[in-house]
Amino acid sequence: MQGYIYPNEFELHWGLLVVLYPYITGLVAGAFILASLERVFNVKEVQPTYRLALLTALAFLLVAPLPLLAHLGHPLRSYEIFLTPNRKSAMAMFGFVYAWYLTVVLLLEIWFEYRKDLVLWARSERGPKKWLHYALTLGATDLSEEALRFDDNAGRWITIIGIPSAFLLHGYVGFIFGSVKANPWWSSVLMPVVFLFSAIVSGIALVLFIYVAASLFRSKPVDMRCADKLAAFLFYAMIVDFSLEMLDFIHRLYESEESIEILSQLIQGPLFISLIVLQVVLGTLVPLIALGVVSPALSDRGVSRTPAELRRLIYLACATLVQIGIFSIRWNVVLGGQLFSKSLRGLTVYKPLLFGTEGLLMASVLLFLPLVILWLLVKVLPPWLDAEATE
Amino acid sequence: MAGPADRVEACLQPTDEVLAGARPSDEVKAGVRPPGEREVDRREFLEQALKAGLGVPILLGVIRIQDLVAGDAGQEGYEPGEHYYGMGVDVGRCIGCGMCAQACKTENDVPLEPHYFNTWIERYVIQTDGAVVVDSPNGGMDGFPGAQSEGEIQRTFFVPKLCNHCEDAPCVQVCPVGATFTTEDGVVLVDEEYCIGCSYCIQACPYGARWFHPEKHVAAKCTFCYHRLVEGLVPACVEVCPTGARVFGEVEHRATPLARFMRLNEIQVLKPHLNTKPRVYYANLDGEVR
Ligand code: SF4
Ligand code: SF4
Repeated sequence: MQGYIYPNEFELHWGLLVVLYPYITGLVAGAFILASLERVFNVKEVQPTYRLALLTALAFLLVAPLPLLAHLGHPLRSYEIFLTPNRKSAMAMFGFVYAWYLTVVLLLEIWFEYRKDLVLWARSERGPKKWLHYALTLGATDLSEEALRFDDNAGRWITIIGIPSAFLLHGYVGFIFGSVKANPWWSSVLMPVVFLFSAIVSGIALVLFIYVAASLFRSKPVDMRCADKLAAFLFYAMIVDFSLEMLDFIHRLYESEESIEILSQLIQGPLFISLIVLQVVLGTLVPLIALGVVSPALSDRGVSRTPAELRRLIYLACATLVQIGIFSIRWNVVLGGQLFSKSLRGLTVYKPLLFGTEGLLMASVLLFLPLVILWLLVKVLPPWLDAEATE
Repeated sequence: MAGPADRVEACLQPTDEVLAGARPSDEVKAGVRPPGEREVDRREFLEQALKAGLGVPILLGVIRIQDLVAGDAGQEGYEPGEHYYGMGVDVGRCIGCGMCAQACKTENDVPLEPHYFNTWIERYVIQTDGAVVVDSPNGGMDGFPGAQSEGEIQRTFFVPKLCNHCEDAPCVQVCPVGATFTTEDGVVLVDEEYCIGCSYCIQACPYGARWFHPEKHVAAKCTFCYHRLVEGLVPACVEVCPTGARVFGEVEHRATPLARFMRLNEIQVLKPHLNTKPRVYYANLDGEVR
């Protein structure tokens, strides 16, 4: 502690779990937006990751509410958000946005996308798998051309609704923070937009990572056209994201409101490692330079030509760094916003715990859980092109 | 959702216990003994207070709102619609004795550990070189040790703080389930049977007036001693303040102490740029106070 903080500010109220919440929803929104690219804008190269991106979004979406629930003082009362939402509260809408996104967008889209394969798999398989796949068709086994065309159209429409929904889902999370006028670190109209673009960055990086890693793991060739395209998208999204962050930064610096002094102390002090080192240098600049050099983002074959094996590894490394960077962004927003006093006269510290609901252990479990769910989903609904059923 | 009346009722519950048992505030109320953990000898206390030349309000004993408020509805059948409360704080009068913070902890069953306060006192030391040093050791509950100042002191003063019962309260706005609400008589309360413990309101309060109850796992804050208001009493902090630095009453009627306070002083509120419309009104407030 340093300077003066209000006596009630010694305790930090939003800890690691609340850091996870925007991180995870960001991955969901980002992965979904990536999937939409293929669907709506017909980017053929990334097709091998279309289904994977959808399943990734679903796996993370299923986990997204858990950290929120776990951090509540009374999780058993949380249903009140649905029963008696306070319409003026930004947070009250979470349940509705979430339910809309999960049921109307993701589940439906995945169902339409997989229906044909489910029917075919059910026909050719035996044992429990047959019944599972049959159950998942919900009895809709019509494979006539007309029915398939309907699937395709429905999928397209849902994606078209889904894109603004994904923007809503994560822009909304940004709004929860950006609309807190009491907190000069949070309060910014740019917050939802910055959240959104960082979400896209994190989603693309995640899918790229899972795709390349899973291919290596399955000893299948990585489709380098796809990986290159993803890397190029990642590069563009990062440029936009970084520009927005810089805009926010310069704007604050130039306006130089009364909070500027304490915020610069914050950046130079408790946030130095997580903001300057992890978020900006390791999480943004290093991968930006690497991607700029090797990916086809700037010139068709990359500024410097690299063999595919090396490029794969560089992509994996960049995707990992980007995840670290995005996690740091969430950390810096959520925790950073509580490390200075609203009296603007002092700083406090955050001490992460190892155990307990707000502890590191719990956070790691919650971060690992979506990967387990994804693994299960991939078992039931193989997203690989080579697994697609043929008649 | 429970109706407004039930919910106010729920917020009043601690009172019943207090009323049934040896009510901790009784002595405080009568001005016999200062509240809180520190058992100060009664004579010593009176001496201290008198030394400061400020014994009068204590000796007045119980101050009833009826005595303060013109045209009050009387004790029975409390009508919230007939009231609209606020508090005045005269910074020039505060001596930093910490009695208000102590009384509040006793009256409202606030955990005694250091970091839970409905009300606290800040000390400002302004040096000739312009540096400002602020502190509030244990919320000012135990008074203030001599100021440790490196530079030459230009002036120094105490500022009592509490929930401002904002008219446009950000805490009320953000509560996802409506557990934080404003009563008809202008008091911001938390329904602890209903609060889901998300802490959003704590983040949204610009004044650091809220804390998270370590046992009940709900948000907590100053209630203006609502359980006392409905009985026609003033908040405990107002009652025990030996210098009359705190003035409580109706905002809207002319002939009340608060109205008089606001007429006779130049009034400021905290962080006016946030447009929360606080109902705690400060007189003699220094520009350094945030
Ligand atoms: S001071 Fe804080 S807790 Fe009190 S009404 Fe205003 S915003 Fe709410
Ligand atoms: S902690 Fe309780 S009172 Fe505060 S916003 Fe959450 S539900 Fe409402």
